[in-house]
Amino acid sequence: MSWMETLRTSFDAIRSHRLRSGLTMLGILIGIAAVILTVGLGEGAQQQVASAINSLGTNLLVVSPGSTTTGGVRGGQGSSSALTVSDATALSSKVAAPDIAAVAPTTSRSTALTAGSTNWTTSVVGTTPAWQSVRARTLSEGRFLTEQDLTSDAAVTVLAATTAQELFGGADPVGRTVAIGSTPFTVVGVLASAGNSAAQNEDDQAVVPISTAADRLFGGSTRTSVQSIYLEATSSDTLSAAYQEANQLLLNLHHVTDPAAADFTIASQQSLLSTATSVSKTLTILLGGVAALSLLVGGIGVMNIMLVSVTERIREIGLRKALGASPVVIRRQFLVEASVLGLAGGLLGAALGVIGALTLPQLISSTITISPTATAAAILTSIAIGLAFGVYPASRAARLAPIDALRSE
Amino acid sequence: MTLDMTAPLPTAGDTAGPVIDISEVRKVYKTGALEVEALRGITLRIEQGEYVAIMGPSGSGKSTLMHILGCLDVATTGTYLLAGEDVSGLTEAELAVIRNRRIGFVFQQFNLLPSLTAWRNVELPLCYAGVAKAERKQRALEVLARVGLGDRVEHKPTELSGGQQSRVALARALVNKPALILADEPTGALDSKSTADVLSVFADLHAAGHTIVLITHEEDVAEHAERTVRLHDGLISSDARRTGGVFA
Repeated sequence: MSWMETLRTSFDAIRSHRLRSGLTMLGILIGIAAVILTVGLGEGAQQQVASAINSLGTNLLVVSPGSTTTGGVRGGQGSSSALTVSDATALSSKVAAPDIAAVAPTTSRSTALTAGSTNWTTSVVGTTPAWQSVRARTLSEGRFLTEQDLTSDAAVTVLAATTAQELFGGADPVGRTVAIGSTPFTVVGVLASAGNSAAQNEDDQAVVPISTAADRLFGGSTRTSVQSIYLEATSSDTLSAAYQEANQLLLNLHHVTDPAAADFTIASQQSLLSTATSVSKTLTILLGGVAALSLLVGGIGVMNIMLVSVTERIREIGLRKALGASPVVIRRQFLVEASVLGLAGGLLGAALGVIGALTLPQLISSTITISPTATAAAILTSIAIGLAFGVYPASRAARLAPIDALRSE
Repeated sequence: MTLDMTAPLPTAGDTAGPVIDISEVRKVYKTGALEVEALRGITLRIEQGEYVAIMGPSGSGKSTLMHILGCLDVATTGTYLLAGEDVSGLTEAELAVIRNRRIGFVFQQFNLLPSLTAWRNVELPLCYAGVAKAERKQRALEVLARVGLGDRVEHKPTELSGGQQSRVALARALVNKPALILADEPTGALDSKSTADVLSVFADLHAAGHTIVLITHEEDVAEHAERTVRLHDGLISSDARRTGGVFA
């Protein structure tokens, strides 16, 4: 009996029990759709996080005060061992840290901005001109901060795209005045949008010279302290060298002899990325596991139905054997039937999964990535499930003695 | 109803010897600790072209004998030469090939597959023999025409009368040009008119040179055969040849 013939016989058998076959397929269908959707959700979330972190800049290191290791009585983040402007200055030294290309200390605070009668509360960031290259930002209008602004405590600001839009609507903000707190600042430039993938606040901030921020906006004890220092390595190859230099320099400056007791943390994009993705990875594995379980249940459904089918068609099997079907041919027929059930469920499940991946993001605010490899693998899995769970029923059919099969009523 | 007498005769194996040659065949069934000896030493020869009825009350072993003759079951001891070929020690897969090539079955309930049309039912043995699709259909249609169902080939079994169903079953038995036609109570499920109809087809097949073995418990059906073998308690109690009978 040829393969085509076997396949046709299987289709006949499946067609003659439409409801039962349909319900059996449903188990596989739901399993496959669930696997495709959860894997897609997980991958989508990871890509979102990755692009958000990548949009921070390239070859970036972030120095934050406080330590991840909480030893003894030492204070945590924001304690007396804060980073200072002088730390940033030391890190800019080409002699002590040749692999650090640029240093941007930042300090920020949420402040109300007023332009005419429009109010907008946003994050005001005090930093240096190096910030633009370190954070890899471009300007859509005007200019960025200059060294001149820094040394002269100039009351100038560069607005991010959303902030400019909120304060001035469609009008050109360059040259206009905006009051930060109660101090009037001149808008000298507007940052281009960081793109869709970036975190929301990247497009909603006002950048001012760090000296101006310290003297005229924040004042007080925060005058010389900074919240974080962004470092840019000269290239991706020198990233770890830059990390070592920064670490050593800051340890010396802060008079810390034990590296484990450092009162600061240096994070690279890679470490930020791996922390963020490990969470979503765990979630994906968890959800994928549940989906895989439902696939297993679907497979058991196939086995159940095939066993029922063998019992119900015992006379047919006997007749086919009497007419010359060998055990191998009978086994093959039932295996093909089970895999056709699996494949049909898999194809429908993949279709449902893809439709879900295309429509769900419009209902919930998350990206679902359809992975062609995962989809193909899911369809192959569905055939494999049909085959694997068809083996036992098929060999039961093949083992039936023809007379026992013919005799049964 | 007539048959095409010019149709080629079936080949009865490589030798010109008897179609069936069994000697000292015993069959023991084991059910738990109990052993039942269904056949207690049967020796029987059936020559090519014979029309034999096997009779016996229930429990006489006639069904067991039919299963062994049809290669659906194997004897516990004894030898069986089918068309000159020893089939006593064959595996299930090898027996399947023998059944397919040498034997045409007609079962009591006809055992037609309800989801298939008449000609699809008839071509089944050819499917398992590996015959190409076009030839299968052609041969199935030919045989259906021979049994007088040329105009019913696309009907499903439920759309056919009992007599017509039995003819489809006959066509299926004939399609592979078997050495032996083995019929198990072929009239058991039929009214008297259909019974006469089926028996006339058997008579035509016999006249055309086919070897027919018919298992029955009806005397008037057995009378149509030229030889009657009676079984009793697993042994042959009589083996009578009718000479100068209806068909001689």
